[in-house]
Amino acid sequence: MNRVCNPISADLEYGTQQKRFRLRNLKEHIAEGLLLLCAFLAVLSLLIIATYIFYSGVPIFGKVGFKEIVFGMTWKPLEDMFGIFPMIAASLLATIGAVAFGATVGLMTAVFLAELAPLWLSKVIRPAIELLAGIPSVVYGFFGLIVIVPLIDKYFGGGGNSLLAAIIILGVMILPTIVSISETSLRSVPIEYKEGSLALGASQLQTIFKVSIPAARSGIAAGIILGMGRAIGETMAVILVIGNTPQLPGSLLDRARTLTSNIAIEMSYAQGLHQEALFATGVVLFVFIMILNIVLTTIFRKAGEEK
Amino acid sequence: MKNVLRNNSKTGLTVVLLVVILMGTFLFAACENTATNEETTSLSGKVMIVGSTSVQPLAEELADEFNKQHPDLRIDIQGVGSTAGVKSVNDGTCDIGTASRALKSEEESWGLTETVIAMDGIAVIVNPANKVQDLQNEDVLKIFTGEINNWKDLGGEDKEIIVVSREAGSGTRGAFEELMKLEKKEGDKTVSLVVDNALIAEGNGAVLANVAGKESAIGYMSLGMVDESKVKKANINGVEATVQNIQNQSYPIARPFLMLTKGEPTQETKAFLDFILSNEGQEVVAKDYIPVN
Amino acid sequence: MKQRRIKEIIQKSFIWLCTFITVAALAWIVIYIIANGFEHLNLDFIFSEYKGGKNGILPMILSTVYVAFLSVIIATPIGIGAALYLVEYAKPGKLLYLVRFATETLAGIPSIIYGLFGFIFFVTILKFSFSLLSGALTLSIMVLPTVIRTTEEALKCVPVSYREGSLALGATKFQTIRGVVLPSAIPGILTAVILSIGRIVGETAAVYLTAGMVTRFPDSIMDSGRTLSVHLYVLAKEGISFEEAFATATILIITVALINLATNKAAGRLKRRYEP
Repeated sequence: MNRVCNPISADLEYGTQQKRFRLRNLKEHIAEGLLLLCAFLAVLSLLIIATYIFYSGVPIFGKVGFKEIVFGMTWKPLEDMFGIFPMIAASLLATIGAVAFGATVGLMTAVFLAELAPLWLSKVIRPAIELLAGIPSVVYGFFGLIVIVPLIDKYFGGGGNSLLAAIIILGVMILPTIVSISETSLRSVPIEYKEGSLALGASQLQTIFKVSIPAARSGIAAGIILGMGRAIGETMAVILVIGNTPQLPGSLLDRARTLTSNIAIEMSYAQGLHQEALFATGVVLFVFIMILNIVLTTIFRKAGEEK
Repeated sequence: MKNVLRNNSKTGLTVVLLVVILMGTFLFAACENTATNEETTSLSGKVMIVGSTSVQPLAEELADEFNKQHPDLRIDIQGVGSTAGVKSVNDGTCDIGTASRALKSEEESWGLTETVIAMDGIAVIVNPANKVQDLQNEDVLKIFTGEINNWKDLGGEDKEIIVVSREAGSGTRGAFEELMKLEKKEGDKTVSLVVDNALIAEGNGAVLANVAGKESAIGYMSLGMVDESKVKKANINGVEATVQNIQNQSYPIARPFLMLTKGEPTQETKAFLDFILSNEGQEVVAKDYIPVN
Repeated sequence: MKQRRIKEIIQKSFIWLCTFITVAALAWIVIYIIANGFEHLNLDFIFSEYKGGKNGILPMILSTVYVAFLSVIIATPIGIGAALYLVEYAKPGKLLYLVRFATETLAGIPSIIYGLFGFIFFVTILKFSFSLLSGALTLSIMVLPTVIRTTEEALKCVPVSYREGSLALGATKFQTIRGVVLPSAIPGILTAVILSIGRIVGETAAVYLTAGMVTRFPDSIMDSGRTLSVHLYVLAKEGISFEEAFATATILIITVALINLATNKAAGRLKRRYEP
C-alpha cells in the first residue's frame, strides 16, 4: 500500500495522524481479507463436496473393479452386483433426446423472440418462459406422471413409464434455459452484421440463418450445454416418469433408470457396499458434469477471445 | 421523478407487506407452541422414529392417539425404509427404528430389542379392469419371475403383464420375496428372482398408483394401505387377503411390523411402546392391521 | 425465386411452430395443474395442520419459509462478499480463475449430488441429523453461485464515476464500497435473494435427503420438516391424494409466479436507476 508520508508536516499531530492512517490501513486489510475469505468459501465448498463424494464413492471401484461397475450390466446391489452401465446409457440417451428436442424448439423460439416477434407478443411470451423456468421440477414430474405417462400408455402401450416420457419432460424443462441464453446472444449480434447482409440483398430469414445464428453460436452452444447439464442432473421429475427399471433400454418405450434416480431411490435403504455403490454413481455423474463444465468454460473463453 | 418515487413507495409497500406476512406466520407458529406448552401435564420431550414407509401411516396414527394423552411429547416419524430404520437405531441417530420385515441374520447380531407391534399382510393387487382375480401361489411366482408374461395364459386378455416391484432394500419387497420363494441362495448370497424388466416404484403408494393407472399391471403392497376404490386385491389360492384370513393363517403372505430400540429406552420411548402394546394402542392397530395380542 | 419463397415460408412456419410448441407446453402444464388444483384450494387446506383427516399444508409452508429464510441468511453475506472481492479487488490471474471455476462448477452440480453431500456431511458426520439446519446449510451452498453471479452483475452496473467520485473525496476503497457501491447495487442484491428463494422453494432432491419429511410444525431448526416441493413429491409417489397434490402444485406455481414478478420489479428498479 502506498503510504502517505509528508516530511513537511512534522508537527505534533503527526503521530495521531499516522495512527489513524495505520488504523485505516488495518481496517482496509481486514475488509479485503474477509471478502477474500468469502470468495474462497466457494472454492472450499466445491473442494469439500468433491472430496466427500469421491471419498465415499471411489473405494468401491477398488473393491469391485472399475470395469465391473462402469461397464457392468446388472444392478443387483443386495447380491453384490453393481453394474451401472444401463444407468449411464439411460442418462445419456435421455439427455441426448431431451437436448435434440429442446435445442431445436428452443433455438427457433429464441429466433422468433429476437428477430421476428412483434414487441407486444415477445412481451407476453418472455415472462411466460421465465415462469416455465421457475416451475419446480417435481411439478413437471407430477404433470408427466398424470398426463404424459397415461398418454404414452394409451397410444403406444407398454405402461407409459418410459425413456420417451423422460425425454419429453426433460425436453420441456430445458427449453427456458436454451431460449433465454440463445435469445440474449442473438440480440447481442451487432446490428451492422444484419444491415450488411440485408443490404447485400439477403432476405430476413437468410440473414437469420446465415449471419445471426453463426455469429451467436458460442452463446447458443453455452445455452445448449447448460440445458444438457440440467437434463443429466434432473432427479425428481425423472423418477416419477421413467419406471426406474435398472435395465438397458432397447427402445424409446422401454423403462429405464438414470444415474440420478438410482441414487435418489435407493439412498435411504442402502448400507455398506450398496451405499458406496450409490456414491460411486454420484462420482460418475460428477465426472460427467465436470466434463460439461470444462467444455462450457472453454466455449466462454473462446468467445471472449473472439471479441 | 414523481413516477419513480411512487413506484418506489409501491414496491416498498409490497416488501413491508411481505415482511408482515412472514412475521405473522412465525408468530402464529410460536403462539401455537406456547399454547400447547401451557397444557403440559405429563410427558414432554421428543421421540424420533425412523424407518419403514409401510409402518409410517400406522406409527403416525398411534402417535396422534398417544398425543391426546401427552400433548407435549413430540413424536417425529421419518419414513425412509426398513433397512435405514434398523441402521439408524443401531447408530443411535433415532430412538426407535421401524421395519416391515423380520430382521436379517446380520442385523440380529447387533443386539437390538425387537417389539412386534402388529402384523400386516402383503396384498397382490391388479387393476380393477383386469378379469383375472384368482391366482395360485405358483402363478404369482411365475408372474414375478417372468415365466408368465401375458394375461391370456391366466385366462385374461391378450396383454403383456407389467410387473410392478419395489426398490432393493424395501422391507415389503424383502418380505414378499422371502414368503413367495422369489429368491434363491447362491453360495452365501441371496439372489432375487424378480424379473429384470419390472417397473420399480418407490413406496407403497407408487405401486398403488401404477397399478391403478395401468390395466395390465400387477404389484404387491401393504394390505393396510390398499385402496379398494382404485385397485383390486387378487385372491391367493382362493383366499382373499383380509385381516381374518391372516389371523387364521389361510392367507399365506404376512409379515411383522417391528419397532426396534437399542439399550435402555428413554422414559418417553418406553411409555410410547407400552401404549402401543396396550389395549388402546392395539385398537388403533386393529383398524387396518392385525393386532398382536 | 419461387423456390426461395417456398423455402422461406417453410422456414418461417417452422419457427412459428416451435414457438407455438414452447408456449403451448407452458400453457398446458400451468392450466392443467391450476384447473385441477383450484377446486381443492381453500383456506382450510392452506391453514390447517397435516393430521386428523385435515391434510392441511401449513406445516409445509412454514418449513419452506424457515428453510428459505435460513439459507438466504447464510448464503447472502458470503455471496455478496465473494462478489465484492471478485469485482472490486481481484486482479486477473490464477485466483480469479479458480474462484470463477469453482462457482461455475457449483452452479452445474446436480441437486441430487448436493443431497448426497448434505446427507453424509451435515446429517451424518456433523450429526445435525435430518433437520431444517442440515437442509438450509446444503441449500445455501447450492444457491451461493446464484447469489455471487447476480450480485457481480449488479456491482458491474454501478458506474465507475461513482467510485471515482468517492475516492477523489478521500474515502478509502472499503469506505467507497460500503458507502457508495453497495447501496447502489441493492436492487441487484435483492434480485439475487429473490432468485435464491425461488430455487430453494423449487428444490426437492437436495432437501429430501437432508431436511427429512416430518409433517409437523418444526419447533426449532434442529427439527426435521417437509418443504412444499418434498410434500408434492411424497403425495405424487405415495399416490395418497392427487387432489392435494394438484392443490400443492398450484400453490407452488403461484409462488413461483410471484417470485418472478418480484425479480422483474427489482431488476426494473436497477435499470431505472442508471438509465436517465
